[in-house]
Amino acid sequence: MTVEVRRSIRRLGAGYSEMSALIGFAERQLYVYKRYWVWEIVWLFYSIVSVLSIGFLASGLDTMGAGSGGFDLHRAQLYLLIGALLWGYLSLVFMEAAYAIAWERWEGTIEYTFMAPVRRVTHLMGICLFAIGYGLARTFIVLLVAVAIFDIDFSHANIGGALFVLGASIVPLIGLAILTSVLPLLSPQKGEQMSFAVQGFMLLVSGVYYPLSVLPAPLQVAGAISPLTYALAGMRRSLLEGAGVGEQIPTAALLVAMGVVLVPAGIVVFGWAERRAKSLGLLKRSG
Amino acid sequence: MSVPAIEIQGVRKAFRRREREAGAPWWKREWKEKVALHELDLAVVPGGITGILGPNGSGKSTLIRILGTLLTPDSGTARVFGWDVVKEALEVRTHVNRVSVEAAFFKELSPWENMVYAARLYGNVRRGTRRRVLEVLELLGLPRDVIDQPMKQLSRGQQQKVAIARSFLTAPSLLLMDEPTTGLDPRSKKEVQAVLETLRAEREITVLICTHDMDEAAALCERVLMMDGGRVLADGSPAELCREHGGATLEDVFMHLTGKRLEAEEAEEVAR
Repeated sequence: MTVEVRRSIRRLGAGYSEMSALIGFAERQLYVYKRYWVWEIVWLFYSIVSVLSIGFLASGLDTMGAGSGGFDLHRAQLYLLIGALLWGYLSLVFMEAAYAIAWERWEGTIEYTFMAPVRRVTHLMGICLFAIGYGLARTFIVLLVAVAIFDIDFSHANIGGALFVLGASIVPLIGLAILTSVLPLLSPQKGEQMSFAVQGFMLLVSGVYYPLSVLPAPLQVAGAISPLTYALAGMRRSLLEGAGVGEQIPTAALLVAMGVVLVPAGIVVFGWAERRAKSLGLLKRSG
Repeated sequence: MSVPAIEIQGVRKAFRRREREAGAPWWKREWKEKVALHELDLAVVPGGITGILGPNGSGKSTLIRILGTLLTPDSGTARVFGWDVVKEALEVRTHVNRVSVEAAFFKELSPWENMVYAARLYGNVRRGTRRRVLEVLELLGLPRDVIDQPMKQLSRGQQQKVAIARSFLTAPSLLLMDEPTTGLDPRSKKEVQAVLETLRAEREITVLICTHDMDEAAALCERVLMMDGGRVLADGSPAELCREHGGATLEDVFMHLTGKRLEAEEAEEVAR
């Protein structure tokens, strides 16, 4: 057997192991959610209630007189509901992935996972893979409830264009999530709360419920570098104004470009944080 | 000549923590360094069981974590089957598994779900995995019906046996056992020890076991290292150590070397 053939076999074996581990991480999350199904019902209820509150907020504007003049209430309601639904999805994926490390700390499995012969990129991608699937499933249920209650009109929407942007937004979202998952690795005590703070800041600056123009200038700059801003704006353009796939190419390209920077940056920063944790002995401490 | 299972040269590890002196203002904290391992040299040949005996804070777990690529040494080199634990960590991890004093599991998941997760991480899932898992659990004296119960419903002894079964499933060449029998009832302890005996006889595996239990070390280990304060105080077979230090048991040897009784520490640890 030549050296080349042996190398190829070794590469195939390594590829199989990484794929097996990738499935393992996603499958483990599935098992965990299956066992915590009561919690999942509670969180689903919370998501539905949050989206409905935003929908009713828009309806309430009418009773407060906002409906008079040139204010398009139906459009405002749709604008807010899209923001609430998409934020629900994006924040869920973001937090699920960001919580990957915090969760392992609670369970006491972090050392076991970090000792496994798996590349960190596979570990993080496995978690993100599950988070995306789970986020889509939960958001779809919330969407069904919202459509039923508010009689949402998607007749002008271009679903293909919206899905195109949604798909592209996954790339930078993974990068952001990996960057945030570093926080519990840096600080066993405060990292988890810092993840919440990052999520809150993204909500503030990403134009979820209002256009960026209403923000003070420094926050507008922060919003301009947040990929979520472009994901939300792009999907609104498709769902409210019917922008198709062709029109969304620049937005999708920008999102992918942001992801191309954020994903490797996230992996590099995670690698640095892991080395730091191993040097300081932070993997063991859980609080 | 075969590559040593473990080869350590001049490994040192210290931890830095910011601490407040008694009576100092709340905002004033200073860096303090605590040496967990002083310059350590060690070579372990493949096969057999090597024991590390020592009280809490003696550096046993730090050593195990360095070999498991969970800690990086401040200086020196550590190699597992020739691979450097820092520079070639991924290769090291393919050959090593660890059973720690606190069974690291997703407690809501069943032994089966935890084991499938482990097997997937090590690329070992194939047809017949469930049968293999059942065989190993049976070997460890666990009833078959525990396989689908949540881990949190199992006793600590049962959880520890599942942890050992999980390590067998990934077929490591080096098994690091960090106080695997601490806190177990005498019967579970005996069962775990019997499994280790079987392992030694049947498989080509190197075991490094940290323990407080002198009898366990004397019964299982071909070689024993006694550690205290991050230093190796004695190294040899149980018989050699007793002969050299004039003790009837390893407890006597430890007492002779350190002036402390190790078993009293274990009782304290279990009570905590």
